[in-house]
Amino acid sequence: MKIQTILAAGAMTVAAVAAQNAQAGAVLDGIKAKGFVQCGVNVGLPGFSAANAEGKWEGIDVDVCRAVAAALLGDSNAVQYTPLTAPQRFTALQSGEIDILSRNTTATTTRDAKLGLTFVGINYYDGQGFLIPKALGVSSATELDGATVCVEPGTTTELNLADYFRAKGMSFEPVVIENINEATTAFFSGRCDVYTTDASGLASVRTTMAENPDDYVILPEIISKEPLGPVVAQGDEQWSDVARWAFTAMVEAEEYGVTMENVDDMKANSTNPGIQRLLGVTPGMGEALGLDEAWAYNIIKQVGNYGESYEKNVTAKLGLERGLNALWTDGGLQYAWPIR
Amino acid sequence: MSENAKLPPMATGSFAERAVAWSKKNLFDGWFNTILTLGSIAFLLWLIPPIVEWAIVNATLSPTIEGCAEVTGACWGFVNANLRLILFGTYPFDEQWRPLLAMIVLMGIICGSLGAVKYPGLRKAIIPMWVIGVPVISVLMWGGVFGLTYVQNSYWGGLPLTLILSSIGVIFAFPFGLLLALGRQSHMPAIKTVSVVYIEVIRGVPLITVLFMASVMFPLFLPDGVTIDKLLRAQIGIILFTAAYLAEVFRGGLQAVPRGQFEAGDSLALSYWQSMRLIILPQALRLVIPPTVNSFISMFKDTTLVVIIGLFDFLGTVKLALRSDPAWTKYYVEGYAFAAAIFFLICFSMAKYSAYLEKELRKGERR
Repeated sequence: MKIQTILAAGAMTVAAVAAQNAQAGAVLDGIKAKGFVQCGVNVGLPGFSAANAEGKWEGIDVDVCRAVAAALLGDSNAVQYTPLTAPQRFTALQSGEIDILSRNTTATTTRDAKLGLTFVGINYYDGQGFLIPKALGVSSATELDGATVCVEPGTTTELNLADYFRAKGMSFEPVVIENINEATTAFFSGRCDVYTTDASGLASVRTTMAENPDDYVILPEIISKEPLGPVVAQGDEQWSDVARWAFTAMVEAEEYGVTMENVDDMKANSTNPGIQRLLGVTPGMGEALGLDEAWAYNIIKQVGNYGESYEKNVTAKLGLERGLNALWTDGGLQYAWPIR
Repeated sequence: MSENAKLPPMATGSFAERAVAWSKKNLFDGWFNTILTLGSIAFLLWLIPPIVEWAIVNATLSPTIEGCAEVTGACWGFVNANLRLILFGTYPFDEQWRPLLAMIVLMGIICGSLGAVKYPGLRKAIIPMWVIGVPVISVLMWGGVFGLTYVQNSYWGGLPLTLILSSIGVIFAFPFGLLLALGRQSHMPAIKTVSVVYIEVIRGVPLITVLFMASVMFPLFLPDGVTIDKLLRAQIGIILFTAAYLAEVFRGGLQAVPRGQFEAGDSLALSYWQSMRLIILPQALRLVIPPTVNSFISMFKDTTLVVIIGLFDFLGTVKLALRSDPAWTKYYVEGYAFAAAIFFLICFSMAKYSAYLEKELRKGERR
């Protein structure tokens, strides 16, 4: 982990310099001048950001990029994607190579404060869990004492695993396998009793890699918090506001039941003052953000609301239910700050 | 006549008799060789049928997940369905004729340059071909002029990217490596020290580190707002790395040229560069063809490492395709087998060409 320390130190130095140099609106003006948003995405994580058979980027993280472009430039296709690996992502943001990073990045204190970043929302609440064969006859992670656990090395996953077992006073035998394909193959061939990674990953592995998904079960314990969200560099508050509210508009649209389908109808006929404000029928919100009044309309019309994006990407690709990512009114954590 | 009597009997007689004689001599010559032969046959019988069964007999080309679920063998449908993604990566779908054409142009130039050994008429065309070809390829890939839409190179990928990275890598690493090798042999201490330090430092670190530095550390040292393209950084990293290895290969060649050849140049009053160009290098480079091609092959395969900095070379796009839809993920063996086949084809061609080149350039030494 030494290299990460060095990288973090380097990034901090740059962040400090960047903060001094950056003028308000620099990033925003740059985007308007070039006519597109440069968006850093994952190199390939189905449901979040992955290329489809035609080579187009798709996913819930990609939709955030598209929403920001729709709000700022009126065109959700005015995005250029830069696929980034985990160690590259913050450097790319700090050096100005990308304008926004939407790459299943966990929001933490160090990243927010020390690396000079600003998280503009949480578009996916994830957490680490355990996948086991039903035949193991275990119904809780607390019964896993002495289990063999397949885990990928060098990730927070490995550390969380060790922390959890130590805290519960249990022992385990790690089977550390670098490659996800090999790790899952090892698990399904019975090399280990348990496979652990983020819950979203477990669900997709279970549905796609198992011979018979019903033979496997994800244990109820979630042992870590992974709030994943889009992030921008500090220094251009106007830009981080645009990014924050573009994402918020997607959630708020779902709260109001405004969808890609009915947004035109809502705009013309809705008498709900909240919807009127959101869609720019009552002007003011766009002006406050320095955007066109149709900013949220453009997002919903071209990208859809949060629920639609989730259904189309996460549910369709990974077979994952909303869970923590349901609206707060449905018992989830997605709660949009009011647009007013 | 008595000498002739010692020679083994000439193979004569029917085909069957000759076959028996041949196998006696080559396959069953003594008990040890007989065991080896039978062992090898048993091994192949054990190995090949299951592979054929998996890859051909029970396989399917059907490009749907349902079609693949029905068979017990290989699901080539994964490759079939994602072929364009694997070949061209995330390059805009409707514009993919551009990288295809660029790849054809590049292959044409490479074949033209390599063919110059056999057809000396092509020799004069090599430099013009590259001078015209590289801008043509750049225009095709980037666009932005002549009505072609601009395509950022973060969208380049697949086979064209692999070929571009490796051919540009070879073209620049070769002269740079040569200069380093000459520098290391130089009598001028400053040049010699710089060359030695450069070669040893670069050879002392893995390519992954070089790429990582170029991709992650380097941008941190640039002034605010200045960014150097990610692909360019990777390309430079590959060139710098390969040059250091080639320099050592060339040094071996230079050391193998007899001292008298250097002295011959001096006695003809040739300048340093003249004697290098006319006498030393032609001999030295010819001697090191096999290790040079070896370096090229390993560089070609090393380009797959750019995947760790988020560029999708050919192997990277196979991974990209595996993740395009989680339902395909379990067919990774087919994906990697396809990539391996293409890599083998290209590397094997390089090896064959090197063997041909060696034979062709040794004609003068044959009696």
